[in-house]
Amino acid sequence: MIGQDGLWTKTFRYLTCLVLVIWLVLPLIPLAIWSFARGWFFPDILPRFWTLDAWDYAMSDTSGVLDSLWLTIGISLAATALSILIGVPAGRALGMYKFRGKEVVEMMILAPMIVPGIAVALGIHSVFIWLGLTNTVQGVILVHLIPTLPYMTLVMAGIFSNYDPAFEAQARSLGASPLKTFWYVTLPAILPGIIVGGLFAFLVSWSQYILTLLIGGGRVLTLPLLLFNFATSGRNDITGAIGMIYILPGILILLLTAKQLLGRSAAVGGFGRL
Amino acid sequence: MSDRLKIFLLLLPALLVIVGLFFGGLLIGLMRSFNYMPVIGLTEPNLQAYAAIFTEEEFYYSFLLSFHISFTSTVISCILAVGAALLLRRAFIGRAIINFLFQLNLTVPHLVGAIGILYLFSQSGSFARLAAEFGMIARPADFPALVFDPYAIGIILQYVWKEVPFIGVIVLANMQAMGEDYESVARSLGASKWQSFRYVLLPLIFPGLLSASVIVFAFTFGAYEIPALLGANYPAALPVLAYRKYTDVDLAARPEAMALAILIAVMSAVMIYIYIRYARRRVRGVR
Repeated sequence: MIGQDGLWTKTFRYLTCLVLVIWLVLPLIPLAIWSFARGWFFPDILPRFWTLDAWDYAMSDTSGVLDSLWLTIGISLAATALSILIGVPAGRALGMYKFRGKEVVEMMILAPMIVPGIAVALGIHSVFIWLGLTNTVQGVILVHLIPTLPYMTLVMAGIFSNYDPAFEAQARSLGASPLKTFWYVTLPAILPGIIVGGLFAFLVSWSQYILTLLIGGGRVLTLPLLLFNFATSGRNDITGAIGMIYILPGILILLLTAKQLLGRSAAVGGFGRL
Repeated sequence: MSDRLKIFLLLLPALLVIVGLFFGGLLIGLMRSFNYMPVIGLTEPNLQAYAAIFTEEEFYYSFLLSFHISFTSTVISCILAVGAALLLRRAFIGRAIINFLFQLNLTVPHLVGAIGILYLFSQSGSFARLAAEFGMIARPADFPALVFDPYAIGIILQYVWKEVPFIGVIVLANMQAMGEDYESVARSLGASKWQSFRYVLLPLIFPGLLSASVIVFAFTFGAYEIPALLGANYPAALPVLAYRKYTDVDLAARPEAMALAILIAVMSAVMIYIYIRYARRRVRGVR
């Protein structure tokens, strides 16, 4: 790593780089091709006929793909909003104060990032049966909080650890009401954190499969459930189209926030749990 | 308002959710795995469910399979991720592209990756078609089984695809924060390239690598949809087995499903323990 690299090292580096680039996009390619293919049978390398049939079907009212898309967006937005409402205060407590038992509280809030969903979802399902929350959208939104809240809290704790509460005190001493202080002083300062944490929370909820399947009982048909159903029923063309629709929000969010996220490489690690 | 009360009120909603849903779910699962549920008249806890799964051959195969999936995926991902990070920390044209693709890959849900792997590596998938094009195979059945296979190759390929960028981004951030000064010193003192990597850089990035590995191991051990899509029918990965037992028409299998869920949780607790123990020892060592 020190000094001038030889020709061999350079060639090696470009070759590995090329292999890596190909490998990173490779699994998405057949998915994209399938969405425009008709009757793409073995051993054809490329489809004989290209068509928009799968997209027409996905966009039609009868297929339920669009209903599923709106439902998934709604669930993820609701889970994100609740995560923000609950995670911002918790992040403030963990970021700005030292108190007895803080490690324990941190551990408890971060545990859901490591313990797999299925380990807790079966127990929750039994309780939700009594509460009448199984097979309902509300029940699904509630369980989505388990994986989304830790990320929101973690991001906000980081923001609040660099936050100076003296500005709030000044605003208050100048006669601002608590609400005004929050709106004009606190919120603008923590907004970047809310946006980044909220985007994480949205994508984490967006990618949930087993929690939705168990608590929604297969009745709350979000995009990943629909995608799985089509993938296992052998409709590769429609699977391809739904797959493309399903990864779109992640790509959009990445493009919109690339600058903000690039500076927070460690925080991007949160994406790894999708 | 006193600080203590303020902290309590700030944390209350989050703790309600985490304790109520997460720990509540674990506790109910634990109780039901012991056949103990006073509300529905089960007042005598017993170990029947555990006895049932521990005497079942499939459980051991499933456990070994899940362990193999997690262990192999984590080790391969770590090695490739460190390699990729070493490649990426020098500035060159490819870096921006790979950096972007890493982040793009992080936003793609595992399920989509799994379907992509299915279309690439199945016996009528893209690679089988390429092999046929070059006359290496005549029929799809001639192509080696890389998905639905007993060695879980397809599942591991999918995890490696998703986790190399995840670990790579974390390790790369560590490397960039440290710079190359330490290695320069080692090299100027006569260390070889390998020695300066093995004895200088690797120990420095190890904590980040370990925490990423713990997350990856626990995730791959407990994930459902990837082995459900790409795995063989028998033996199934533990989460798939747990789900099957839970949705079995025979309600007696439910406690067994809960017992499996608890074992998955215990496994992730072991991971957390290993991590904390190491982290603490490290802190002591520094002092």
